[in-house]
Amino acid sequence: MGYLLNKEGMNQLLASLRDEYVVYAPKCFVGGGRFSETDCIRYGEIQSIEEVVFDKKSDYSFKEVLTPISQTLFYFTEDSVKEADAPKKGAIVFLRSCDLHGLRRLDDMYLRNGQPDYYYKRLRDRVHFVLMGCDHSFKNCFCVDMGTNISDNYDLSVDVQGDLYALDNKWDQLETLLEDLAVATQEIVPAHVKDNEVHVHIPENLDERIAKSSLWREYDSRCINCGRCNFVCPTCTCWSMQDLFYSENGKAGERRRVLASCMVDGFTDVAGGGSYRKKNGDRMRFKVMHKVYDYKKREDYHMCVGCGRCDDICPEYISFSNIINKLEDGMKEVTGND
Amino acid sequence: MDVNTKQLKKNAFRVTKERGIAASRVRVPGGRMDAKYLSVLQDIAETYGNGTIHLTLRQGFEIPGIPFEDMDKVNAMLQPVIEGMGINQEEKGKGYSASGTRNIMACVGNSICPYGNYDTTAFARKVEKEIFPNDLHFKVCFTGCHNDCAKVRMHDFGIIGMTMPQLDPNRCISCGACIKRCKKKSVGALQAMNFRPVRNEETCLGCGECVLACPNAAWTRSQKKYYKLTIFGRTGKKNPRLGVDWIKWIDEESIIKIIKNTYAYVEKYIDPNAPGGKEHIGYIVDRTGFEEFKKWALKDVTLPEIAEVTSPIYWNGIKYK
Repeated sequence: MGYLLNKEGMNQLLASLRDEYVVYAPKCFVGGGRFSETDCIRYGEIQSIEEVVFDKKSDYSFKEVLTPISQTLFYFTEDSVKEADAPKKGAIVFLRSCDLHGLRRLDDMYLRNGQPDYYYKRLRDRVHFVLMGCDHSFKNCFCVDMGTNISDNYDLSVDVQGDLYALDNKWDQLETLLEDLAVATQEIVPAHVKDNEVHVHIPENLDERIAKSSLWREYDSRCINCGRCNFVCPTCTCWSMQDLFYSENGKAGERRRVLASCMVDGFTDVAGGGSYRKKNGDRMRFKVMHKVYDYKKREDYHMCVGCGRCDDICPEYISFSNIINKLEDGMKEVTGND
Repeated sequence: MDVNTKQLKKNAFRVTKERGIAASRVRVPGGRMDAKYLSVLQDIAETYGNGTIHLTLRQGFEIPGIPFEDMDKVNAMLQPVIEGMGINQEEKGKGYSASGTRNIMACVGNSICPYGNYDTTAFARKVEKEIFPNDLHFKVCFTGCHNDCAKVRMHDFGIIGMTMPQLDPNRCISCGACIKRCKKKSVGALQAMNFRPVRNEETCLGCGECVLACPNAAWTRSQKKYYKLTIFGRTGKKNPRLGVDWIKWIDEESIIKIIKNTYAYVEKYIDPNAPGGKEHIGYIVDRTGFEEFKKWALKDVTLPEIAEVTSPIYWNGIKYK
């Protein structure tokens, strides 16, 4: 059912939800940007609707809520292990359609890729999602071509309409509350992007031979292997394990998992000191092919959701969508003699 | 021809090699101006000068070839430029006053440069308002970061931008980018301990390279801005030397006060026979001893708690007997 709420109503809604949930949304961290006197928009806990940044794309994705950047799994001493506590409250996450599609990838990775991930599941079971409507495309977005511009699997949607917030509710528990708080009821369809400035074309004949294309060599020198593209990506799920010892005897400590990146040194290090994909261009190839080729072979849909955050943040101005669009010529190059 | 050259110089004109011909000096505080004033300078150069403009080493313009008799007309033309740049002036339409205290320089600063830790031009303009016009020989220069593109260490007062880096350990992914960057481009103040960077507070310059390098916004800048104040760098004949670090993690307000206090110190101790009434401050300090300078400079100054004052200060440089 659709409801129109004013700011006070919206804040009352959030206030009542905060008893049971921590509410996360993209918000502005003033001065939190890389450069002096620049801000960073990323996910954080919000107290009021005014804190939510609706008019800009967040630099980092919602995944930080579900897959914490650094997550302690358990604490150990000589002969005992204590599981790290689960968050006391559930979570409500404000996110856009591309990110909600990203959620499906996280779920497939953590819940349906063999044994469900315990730590992910215990958090995931208590999360609700609020879709933020997009009435226009942001820079570098290519959600339409990736088919991620429309979502209907939200609990609640929110569109800013002047001073009012237009909500479409699918979460039974909220129905009575929303009826009380609404200034009006009406049919509401969340806004969605119908066209992006950026278009991508993933060639049908894409296969492993693309690895031999010269296109990757450009990135040997252009890419600085900082990993920003992975860290902002709503679909990158890799992590590495860290055992941290509190004492010199090494008998007490904690195990935590920490976000990892296929673009950063150390990702392919193996026992004995071996390391693979040393060239940055080869790392780029691995990442690109994972996002638009081999993941699809297994899951039947592309991993990349076209949010364009990797483009937005790359300090070397490398465009992921531009690489996708080079794949066709790359295939021509490697199949030229067929 | 009867011309008071002392007054001419204090009115920002230079006496040139050619008899009866002056050069007009236009200073640009903090090195930034609206582009529209360039056409005024062009007009002056083409109407009264010889059609050329020299870019001065202190971020100003020198318009040569101006006959002494046209100086008043040049001053009248300069009025919109002086007003537009917000320069303190003794009398409207009469050109620039002051010749001793030099144009306050600044690198491009954080409004443009990724490395800049503060708005150098804004700070320069603020100090300019406080100390101009003034005849004592002071050189003040602002640079956004420790790269010191503005070469503040060749000035009496050099201001280097600093930020106090803050680590959110929960955002750190142990990629080591900050540690590598600090070692390669800065002073190697970071080292890994338990997978995460630990900052050596003594050696850290506050340059912000760790923040720039961090891919996950684990390192961020401090809300408060800090500076390093270097003092008494100088070029010249007798004993040129680089300015030395005096106060690290100092704030804006204290810097302004110290510079203003130094005017009173110089007035008290300057060599009364100094040529043209100008003497590099460093030579005066050499005479009075640093402690005496310090007493005057730090009068009524409340440094931030984290400020580190270097003591004792050692001087070096080339010395000619």
